[in-house]
Amino acid sequence: MFAYVIRRFFYAIPILIGVNVLTFSLFFIVNPTDDIARMHLGQKHVTEEAIEKWKHERGYDKPLFYNESQSGLSSITETIFYKKSVRLFVFDFGYADDGRSIGKDILERMWPSLAIAIPVFLVGILVNISFALLLVFFRSTYIDVWGVIFTVVLMSISTLFYIIGGQYLIGKIMQLVPISGYDSGLSGFKFLVLPVLIGVVGGIGSSTRWYRTIFLEEIGKDYVRTARAKGLSELTVLFRHVLKNAMIPILTGVVVIIPLLFMGSLLLESFFGVPGLGSYTIDAIQSQDFAIVRSMVFLGSVLYIFGLLLTDISYTMVDPRVRLN
Amino acid sequence: MSIAVVCRQTIIIVMLGSLGFLLSSCTERSWNNPYPAADDDKNIAYSVFDERPKHLDPVRSYSSTEYRIHGQIHEPPLQYNYLKRPYQLEPLTAVRMPVLNYEDKQGRTLEDNASEDDIAFSVYTIQIKPGIRYQPHPAFAKNEKGQFYYQNLQASDLEAISTLSDFKHTGSRELVAADYIYEIKRLAHPRLSSPVFSIMSDYIVGLKSYAETLKQVNERQNDNNQTLYLDLNKYPLSGVKLVDRYTYQIKIKGKYPQILYWLAMPFFAPVAVEVDKFYSQPGMKERNLVMDWYPVGTGAYMLTENNPNRRMTLERNPNFHMDLYPSEGEKGDIEAGLLKDAGKQMPFIDKVVYILEKESIPNWNKFLQGYYDVSGLSSDSFDQAIQFGATGDVALTEEMKNKKIKLLTTTETSTYYMGFNMQDPVVGGSGDRARKLRQAIAIAIDFDDYISIFRNGRGIASQGPIPPGLFGYSEGVAGYNPFVYTQVNGKIKRRSIVEAKKLMVSAGYPNGRDEKTGKPLLLYYDSTGSGPDQKSVWDWYKKQFKKINIQLIIRNTDYNRFQGKMRDGNAQIFSWGWNADYPDPENFMFLLYGPNGKVKYQGENAANYDNKEFNRLFDKMKNMQDGPERLRLIERMVDIARYDSPWLWGFHPKQFVLQHDWYKNRKLNLMAHNGLKYLRIDPLSRKINRQKWNKPILWPFWLIVISVVLVVVPAVMTFRKKERQSMKEAG
Repeated sequence: MFAYVIRRFFYAIPILIGVNVLTFSLFFIVNPTDDIARMHLGQKHVTEEAIEKWKHERGYDKPLFYNESQSGLSSITETIFYKKSVRLFVFDFGYADDGRSIGKDILERMWPSLAIAIPVFLVGILVNISFALLLVFFRSTYIDVWGVIFTVVLMSISTLFYIIGGQYLIGKIMQLVPISGYDSGLSGFKFLVLPVLIGVVGGIGSSTRWYRTIFLEEIGKDYVRTARAKGLSELTVLFRHVLKNAMIPILTGVVVIIPLLFMGSLLLESFFGVPGLGSYTIDAIQSQDFAIVRSMVFLGSVLYIFGLLLTDISYTMVDPRVRLN
Repeated sequence: MSIAVVCRQTIIIVMLGSLGFLLSSCTERSWNNPYPAADDDKNIAYSVFDERPKHLDPVRSYSSTEYRIHGQIHEPPLQYNYLKRPYQLEPLTAVRMPVLNYEDKQGRTLEDNASEDDIAFSVYTIQIKPGIRYQPHPAFAKNEKGQFYYQNLQASDLEAISTLSDFKHTGSRELVAADYIYEIKRLAHPRLSSPVFSIMSDYIVGLKSYAETLKQVNERQNDNNQTLYLDLNKYPLSGVKLVDRYTYQIKIKGKYPQILYWLAMPFFAPVAVEVDKFYSQPGMKERNLVMDWYPVGTGAYMLTENNPNRRMTLERNPNFHMDLYPSEGEKGDIEAGLLKDAGKQMPFIDKVVYILEKESIPNWNKFLQGYYDVSGLSSDSFDQAIQFGATGDVALTEEMKNKKIKLLTTTETSTYYMGFNMQDPVVGGSGDRARKLRQAIAIAIDFDDYISIFRNGRGIASQGPIPPGLFGYSEGVAGYNPFVYTQVNGKIKRRSIVEAKKLMVSAGYPNGRDEKTGKPLLLYYDSTGSGPDQKSVWDWYKKQFKKINIQLIIRNTDYNRFQGKMRDGNAQIFSWGWNADYPDPENFMFLLYGPNGKVKYQGENAANYDNKEFNRLFDKMKNMQDGPERLRLIERMVDIARYDSPWLWGFHPKQFVLQHDWYKNRKLNLMAHNGLKYLRIDPLSRKINRQKWNKPILWPFWLIVISVVLVVVPAVMTFRKKERQSMKEAG
């Protein structure tokens, strides 16, 4: 397995370079460096001299990919792409255009994101799998029919509606929890109840339907019939046998997103005033802060690759037939 | 575990949870209170910010969202009187208003009434009050031997440090005139990119060459990898002079009376050299310990928490100097209760917490719940808060009145206009044809209608470039634009579309067609709009142009492209705006000054308007003291601009602010940046109201519980029936 992990690690390098090139190209095609400087220098009294100075201070006065004025290796290294990208590979994110340390910002903002994402993820899995198993248990009854209709309705509603509706009903009308805000430690609990609840409810529809389909596929198999023939209760059949055998498709979808929990949720964080990573990238795109954009895209890519690797490893744990070679 | 056991456990958990709910409902404190219980009675004000400030360094910051934070920290020598209108400057840290002396080219002092041609320099002498001290800060901390604790640190010394409060020792020192000089030098700092350097270098003697010197020094330091501290005190700046410990002089080229307004802005606030050195040490930047994020000043408040991702906290500066609430205001201030605290030492509030609130809905709801003391008004919440009377007067709705919420309004010292590119061959130029076309369009575009539809009535249609509250603005019939409006029975009324069509005919566009070619007149509006509301704005514009049979084509693009078009002169019609830097008509008239054109000179004259007479009058007017002669010149300039119509004049927005009854002494002051020290809150009244307004309502919760039970019970019964059935079948 170790050799497999090492091999995957080396596969990741060209992927990350490709992602970087793509991000870099897209960003700078849309935003020339002069425009970025103007955006940061404000709207009043911006002179060409100030723009040049701003670009020089941040290294944006170099060519993008190839520096004709240099020779040899310097023609590659004395470019914006090289200067801004190479240190990412040692996780040195550098500074945002407003001077703040990106690494420190990520470390600070990661925890609020996790404070919402982990409960949403865990409670969500528990609720969705249980609900899906319940529907499978009552398959072909009115409960299954109405359950499916209910999940379709839930799926059809926008997350924004859940957020605004939840804030209105639970925060404004019932006044049970703060409408928005965040605090660290135990005092933060009251702020998390509503976003977590909304995060879970918002995910029930699609996830339950997906799990239900997986379970229904399993429940018709021979080993289930055998288990029933041996006199096992339906609950035991579902939770001990069906669930275990349905783990491979479940893991495919679930494990890969575990590392991405760090990246947070854009909508939940924005509406609930949670200072997480979810809104960090969007804010950076709006303010044309390439330093943050490249860092977050790079981090997202690394975490996704890591998630895929974890998924592969988890297969070996739930299915002894799978070998990593 | 059998299903019955699971069900029983579920029911027990639900019951326990419900009991918990009931028990906690017995407590007095509201459940939705977002603040710690210990702070309920404290003298803390709560407000919001929706965008993280980019800069808090006084030499870099140039935005109102940033000023509201560091304007409370930094103290320039002058400030605006909090209550008096029109806006008046007064000393803040200065003993008196700066003393002005004129000098000729040889540096000889001239009489006050010297002719403008003889005046080569204006020398402003500023004396500051002794005994003013900086806020406590580690940069000033010294041991018993008088040595600094934290001035020669290595990166390794900061391993246990992540915020300023991690430094054990703090200190302070007296404010001296040299600190003001240091800040003026920082305007030219090569690493700081001060947004006002280009303007100030035109006026402050030697600032431009000083910047060149610093640039060279900086490059030498970079070559030697010494990129940290740049010691500005090693290099003299000829335009500033330290007279004594408390007095300094600023030497200005020629006459520039507007410098006094700049002296009330944070760009001229003092910066202690120790602080600059402290933040320049290795390892500080990596911890975000920089002047841009932890500014240090002598103001009423100090920034004790700066987490722009979540919360910013200002606390009372324990070293704040004697500063009394004003005893005089304008008419109506006594009746409004604004002079109740006259003569009392400020500030009144101990702590101000700014919370990041990006979305308007939670912001508004928390204001209504009493968790924010003050709120602006978004379009979403406008109808809930404001109602218009039969005569168009603005009033609060019953819901707001029941909560004793107060409404404050003022017309902003801003102008939002629709402009023509005067270099455009169709709409631009000084010819009769284009001018009449512009005048016709100016009549057709009904900005009163725009304000009513898109701004809920929050604004007034502009009659010229100068907004209300500034010298040179005339209200009502005394100051209307005769090319767009006419006077009927002592009231002004927009000219009719018939008149606009006549102008179109004489411009050579009868029925909106070019009389020579017969082709329909197509005009292009360059916009940067986005969002769902923008489409209706564009449709409205098209409809307005259609009134005179002009087809308007919308060319929407992102802001960067739009700016590029404006710089290159490729836009035809555009919208733009300007917020006053200071309350002087020069700050608006320069938007139409030829040598300030955007295409030729990269200036702020976006329309590229260039009228020789206007330019000549501007040169004469800009340095004059307010008075009848200056007013006459301004009126003449406004007349010229109205006639030429390079703008459609647009509107001056009105600011609507809501505040709770417990929030006292608030008077909207669009120029002052240090308004926090005047404010007072009544925490007891706030606490009582919060509890009254935020009692938890539990019946929907019980409804949900009952619904769940109603769904679960039949399911459990069906399950048990099914289990029994399968057991029977197996048995």
